[in-house]
Formats: sequence, structure tokens, C-alpha cells
Amino acid sequence: MATDNEYIVGVYGDDDILLKAVKSIREAGVKIHEVFSPFPIHGIDEALGYKRSRLPQAAFAFGALGLALALIMQYWMMGYDWQMIIGGKDFASLPPFVPVAFELTVLLSALGMVATFIIASDLKPYKKPKIFDIRTTDDKLVIAIDLADNKLTKKEIGEIVEKTGAEEVNEKSFE
Amino acid sequence: MEVVSSVRTPLVTGAKTLGDVTQDICVRVEAKPPKTWFLAISVSLSLLAIGTYTLFFTVWDGIGVWGLNKTVGWAWDITNFVWWVGIGHAGTLISAILLLFRQKWRMSINRAAEAMTIFAVICAAFFPLVHMGRLWLGFYWVFPLPNTFGSLWVNFNSPLLWDVFAISTYFTVSLVFWYIGLIPDFATIRDRAKNKVSAAIYGALSFGWIGSAKDWSRFESVSLILAGLATPLVLSVHTIVSFDFATSVIPGWHTTIFPPYFVAGAVFSGFAMVLTLLLITRKVYKLEDYITIQHIEYMNIIIIVTGSIVGIAYLTELFMAWYSGVPAEQYAFLNRATGPYWWAYATMMTCNVVTPQLFWFKKIRTSLWATFVLSIVVNIGMWFERFVIIVTSLHRDYLPSSWAMFYPTFYDIGDYLFTFGFFFTAFFLFAKFFPVINMAEVKSIIKSTSSSDKALK
Repeated sequence: MATDNEYIVGVYGDDDILLKAVKSIREAGVKIHEVFSPFPIHGIDEALGYKRSRLPQAAFAFGALGLALALIMQYWMMGYDWQMIIGGKDFASLPPFVPVAFELTVLLSALGMVATFIIASDLKPYKKPKIFDIRTTDDKLVIAIDLADNKLTKKEIGEIVEKTGAEEVNEKSFE
Repeated sequence: MEVVSSVRTPLVTGAKTLGDVTQDICVRVEAKPPKTWFLAISVSLSLLAIGTYTLFFTVWDGIGVWGLNKTVGWAWDITNFVWWVGIGHAGTLISAILLLFRQKWRMSINRAAEAMTIFAVICAAFFPLVHMGRLWLGFYWVFPLPNTFGSLWVNFNSPLLWDVFAISTYFTVSLVFWYIGLIPDFATIRDRAKNKVSAAIYGALSFGWIGSAKDWSRFESVSLILAGLATPLVLSVHTIVSFDFATSVIPGWHTTIFPPYFVAGAVFSGFAMVLTLLLITRKVYKLEDYITIQHIEYMNIIIIVTGSIVGIAYLTELFMAWYSGVPAEQYAFLNRATGPYWWAYATMMTCNVVTPQLFWFKKIRTSLWATFVLSIVVNIGMWFERFVIIVTSLHRDYLPSSWAMFYPTFYDIGDYLFTFGFFFTAFFLFAKFFPVINMAEVKSIIKSTSSSDKALK
């Protein structure tokens, strides 16, 4: 098979060394494909130049939708569609509608945000993971560099990665 | 940069490395469970069997088999419901509120506590469902379905309906929160799997997670927002459960302090149940390096705080009953303390207010045996609290001619045992097939904590 997607994979054992390595590799003008780690690394987004996640906005939008739906549903059912006298009170008034409105706000906000996350990160049960190094879910942290993204040769990139304190520098290609 | 403190005691002992964490937790999923596990699950399965028998007749014959009568229309069923919901408060409190407060000690215990929450909420939901009698119609009665489905719209003025929304939202959000946290750990198990079956199962459960920096960044933002959403949610659930009582006009129920009082009680009993379960899990699975005495001590401190809030609430209730000048209210409380159910009131006071104060002694709150015994005592006390609130407020109502006592039948007891059987069976299966400790989170603190462990030596 053609191996147009060839990667240099630098394996690290420590998150602080990896964080410095990411900075020096980027300073050397090498484009990093992605970093993989068994736990979240503090400050990696800034080092890789990732923008802040917009999931909070998604959560807010879904929450607002939940609140609106809950209030419309309750006012429509109780106040319009089938009016019932309960304890001589108004057909529809806000205070008894607050608990359900609150719960549905939280419910839609949480579910909507998680669904957004799952779709954005393309997570699904039948997905075959593209594993650069099997140990990234155990105890190793990995920087993957796509050769197609970079003008430098395999050897030059390998040397740059080596100098940053990588325990191993491997090559990986997917078919 | 992690700051290494030589003053703070380490959260994980034994100078673990990243690889050790994976090995220690995964090996318990991969290896055959110990004999004690089989012993434990056979006990819980026998409880489940007894419970299934009584449950069958509760549904087949109707809830007339319970000891309820015209005066006491709510007794063990609602007591058990409130008790289980209360227990279900610790998990999300630990993972959400302690996350917002950046309490890192939550990391070794949150997974098991959240699992416990989910199982406890299922047990709780079981009682109102059975209480409906024809529970297969419950779906039409509790959810807002169009009139053409056979009944009218649900009544949004009713606190019982608010409860439906509160409990189902709480269950869903807790389940999602728990599952999102499990995804990276399932990926760890997938990548270690030796046989095809477990590789396929954990592969599907892990959703193809590989731990890329982008995914971790989203993951962290999802966890933080879910924590922010779950915090008011967890406080709202027991508040709304207390509305079931507080919005009525029954003396003894019609009280404005119910919401905070119920929430404190829920956290109190939830932490006690977490301690009971974790002390067993820690022993059976030899997790002493991850769940240290320090974790147990911190949870015991939360028990003192919430137990004392509950104690103050009891005294406030008594004072308000006297100060209100309402004879019915005054009688309700006098009857609780000195009437035919005085022994239930005394048990509640002893187990919830007096014995937890023993945790002020460092020797007691760092002793495993004392903690184990007291954690069970707390939950006995909290069960009696709900029993006292529900039954003693009902059994002597406005007409002395209709005064009655409540006596549980075999079916009341059996249905309660059913939930115990379910709860423990589910928890033991979780302990076998799921990573009981959040590996990814523990790995993120392992460097700082194991260095401080070394510094102490």
C-alpha cells in the first residue's frame, strides 16, 4: 500500500518534558499532527495553539432551549389546552412551573453538550481507533508529526524530536 | 508545572508510577475475582431472590399486601424511597461539587461513589413505581403524554410530578457524567485486552477514545460544565423530594426548613453509604494505596458537618413547633418524641445526632472499624428519620377515632430487601467489570503526589 501518511512518533514518559518538547518542536518550525496522553495535560492547548473549546456556548444554547420548551409546554398544557381547577388557583402561574423548568434546563443543557462533544470528537462505539502507540492509554505520552505536513525530511524531524528528550522516536504509517 | 509540596500528605501512597496505576486497577478487571467476591455476590443474589418473590406478589395481588391502612397511607415505601434518594446524593456531590472546589482527594473515590449513586437512584425510583399499583401504566401517568394516550395531562402544580422530573433528570445527568468519565479508562482496558471478546466489548464501550490533546481539551470542558450543572441539580433533587411533604398542610410536614434539612441529611447518609461500600471494596481489592486513611478521614469530617446540620434542624423543628402556637403542630412533635413511636424517634436522635459526634476524636475518625460501624449506624438513623417524619405525622391525625398504628408485613420487608439485593449485586458487578478507580484522573496527580510521598520517607 502507498504510505503517503507517514508519521514520526516521539514517545515521552513525563508531561513536563512533553510540554517543553511541544514548544521547542513548534519553534523549530515543525508542524505537530497531534499529542496523545493517558491523562489531560495542563497547558497543552496553549502549547499546541488550540483555540478554546466552544462547548460552553453549546451548553448554554441547549439550556436556553430546555428552559423555553419547559415553560411553553407547561403554560400550554395547563393554561390553554386543558384547563383544570386545582385548589381554586390560577390555571397557569409561574411559581409551580419553576422546578420542572429548572430540571429540563439542566437536562437539555447536559445532554445537548455531551452530544455535541461526542459528535465533535467523532466518538462512536464501532469506531476503530487510530492508535499511534498502544501505550498512550497506559503510561506514555506521544507527539505525532505528519510527514506530509512538513517540508523537512524524516531524518531531520527525527533529530529535532530526539533532542527534546524523547525516550523513543518511532515511525508509524497507516494503510 | 506541578508544585511539589512536602507538607501535604500524599493522596496516593506507595510511590506509584503511571504504569503502576494502570496495572493495579486493570488487573482487577482482568483477573478472576477473589473468593470473597463470589461470597458477597451470592449473599446479594439471595436477597434479590427473596425480594423477587415478594415483589411478584406485591404486583400480582396489589399493594394491599403492604401494611398500609386508611390513616397511614405512606409508610415503608416512601421511607425507603427518600432513604435511597438520599444515599444517591453522595456520588454526584463528590464528583461535581468537589471538582468545582478543586478537591483532588475526590479522584480515588468518585468513580465508585457515582456508581453507587446511579444504583441508589434506581432503587429509589422502584418504590413510587410499585406504589402506583399498576406500574406498567406508570409511563402514561408520570410523563406529559397527550390526552389521547388514555389520561389527562399530568398536573404540573403537583410536587409529586416535580419529583418525577427531578429524579429522572438527576439519574440521566449522573449516568452521563459517570459514563463520560469512564470512556478514557475503558480505552486503557481495551488496549491491554488479551482476548478478542473483551477487546471488542471494551472497544465498543470506549467509543474509539485515543486520548488526543484536542479530545482531552473538550473532555475537560465537558467535565467542568457537567459539574457546574450537576451541583445545583444535586441540591434541587432532595429539595424537591422535601416539597412532597413541605407543600402539604399536614402538621409535621408543613415546614419551610425541609429543603436544606433534607439536602444535609442526604449528603450525610450518602457519605455514610460511600464509606460502607468503599471500606469493603478497599479490603477485597486491596486498594489501600489509593483509598487511604486520609480519604476516610475527610469523608468522616463531612459526616460530622452534615450530621450536625441535621441535628440543628431537628432542634429547630421542635422550637418552631412550640413557638408557632399551633396545637396540632405542637402535638405532632410531642407525639413523635413521647408517643407510641418514641423508640423510632430515640433511634433517629441517637444515630444521627449523638454517635456521629464521636468523629471529633481523631482516633475514631481514622479507625477503619469505628468508621465502618458508625457509617452503618448513620444509615440506620437516616432510615428512621424518614420513618419518623412520614409515619408519626400520619398515624394520629385530626380525628382520634381514626388514629392507627403501622405494622410492616412480610411484603414490606421483602420489597425493601429486593432493593438491597439489586443495589449490592449491581455494585459488585460494577466492581468486577469496571475500573473502580478513575485511572486517568489519578494519573494526572500521580507525579506530584508520589513525589511528596517520597519526600516524606
